[in-house]
Amino acid sequence: MFNEADLTALAITLKLAGVTTLILLLLGTPLAWWMARSRWRYKFLLEAVVALPLVLPPTVLGFYLLITLGPHGPVGGLMESLGGRPLAFTFTGLVIGSVIYSMPFVIQPLQNAFEAIGRRPLEVAATLRASPLDRFFTVAMPLARPGFLTAAVLGFAHTLGEFGVVLMIGGNIPGETQVVSIAIYDHVEGMEYAHAHWLSAGLLLLSFLMLLTVYGLNRRFRIMQS
Amino acid sequence: MNRKKIMILKLLVALALMLSSSLSYAAEIRIAVASNFTRAMMGLVQQFEADTGHKVKLVFGSTGKHYAQIKNGAPFDAFFAADMKRPKLLEDEGLAVPDSRFSYALGRLVLWSPETGYVDSAGKVLSDGSYYHLAIANPKLAPYGRAAKEVLQSRGLWKAMKGRAVRGENIGQAFQFVHSGNAELGFVAYSQVKYPGQSIIGSYWEVPQTLYSPILQQAVVLKDTAVTRAFIKYIKSKPALEIIQDYGYDVP
Repeated sequence: MFNEADLTALAITLKLAGVTTLILLLLGTPLAWWMARSRWRYKFLLEAVVALPLVLPPTVLGFYLLITLGPHGPVGGLMESLGGRPLAFTFTGLVIGSVIYSMPFVIQPLQNAFEAIGRRPLEVAATLRASPLDRFFTVAMPLARPGFLTAAVLGFAHTLGEFGVVLMIGGNIPGETQVVSIAIYDHVEGMEYAHAHWLSAGLLLLSFLMLLTVYGLNRRFRIMQS
Repeated sequence: MNRKKIMILKLLVALALMLSSSLSYAAEIRIAVASNFTRAMMGLVQQFEADTGHKVKLVFGSTGKHYAQIKNGAPFDAFFAADMKRPKLLEDEGLAVPDSRFSYALGRLVLWSPETGYVDSAGKVLSDGSYYHLAIANPKLAPYGRAAKEVLQSRGLWKAMKGRAVRGENIGQAFQFVHSGNAELGFVAYSQVKYPGQSIIGSYWEVPQTLYSPILQQAVVLKDTAVTRAFIKYIKSKPALEIIQDYGYDVP
């Protein structure tokens, strides 16, 4: 069924998706909140940047990341001058790549959810003397709950399915940067089809269950709200 | 028939003749080529096209992928693989033209860094150097990766390399890892650093061929046509062998 290396790859994949989703929720929430509320003229520029990973081939992202993280690139050069080790081929490097790659999948649902609330509930809360922070945590966040769920699950699932970026910057080190999609690819290329089947089916099931959760829960939220 | 009609008829006949001649004399063939042989093959094809007027379309990729594609009916006339395993399999499975399998090049493995003076001429840097990452091609998939593993094993370094050896999907990616500086050094193909008539950039150790089993690259014919035959004949000719050597391969 699964050999030890496959299970390790699975564990790394889940860890990567988890860490990535957590970081994206932490960074993405304030950004999405701001993007939903701001009337800045040039907001569309930022929106275009956030959506960019949706349309770019992952190989483009991976290629640029490889160059940026490398010792001749800006990030890699900075790391080196600070005495750190290069980030490519490390788990940290994978997290950086995944955060960029899955960014639109977290930020867009959040932004949509915040926009859907409208100004009204928050204005009401303000007249009841709720502070801006209070308004966000007690009014906006509960109302945007379906958005948070969608963002978290999509970010997680999308990172699970990541291939091109990790192929380019991961270096395929077993136990460190070898994720499931790469392990599957290796099995297929190496003509170990039975292993490939097990892992692929596992990933398929996992992804399906997660999407099922989102759509099922979102339906419940809608019923609750109406 | 008036003059105008005759004129049109003449034109049509001329057109038909032109078309038929171009069809019968300058045919096009399609060849799947292992990525590591890209530059050498382009050099060869350029010469072949200039000599014969035939067109050769090249499809580059990993040998594993090409093999799977051919098994599923990909329309290639010949297959230049990175190893001998896949051509042999195609032959055994009856997908190749019988007795068409031959070795066209012998790969040479080098330990390379783009930095001058980094890799010494005996490869001592492997055990003495302080580096984070050594790039190799995936030993399970790529012949150059398998050779790199054998060299590390012969030095007793294979176990110690766990976590330091980064594996490219193929030798092209391994080269990219080193070239971009993300890995300090790596086992790459000599053909990747050797350009005809130019000196090699960086530093390298040409690994003695006693340390790894030969990287024999073989080809098979998949469709027996006159043009394919002409092309294979050209590949085996002396001028072609010289081109192959110019690009950093040994010839069998």
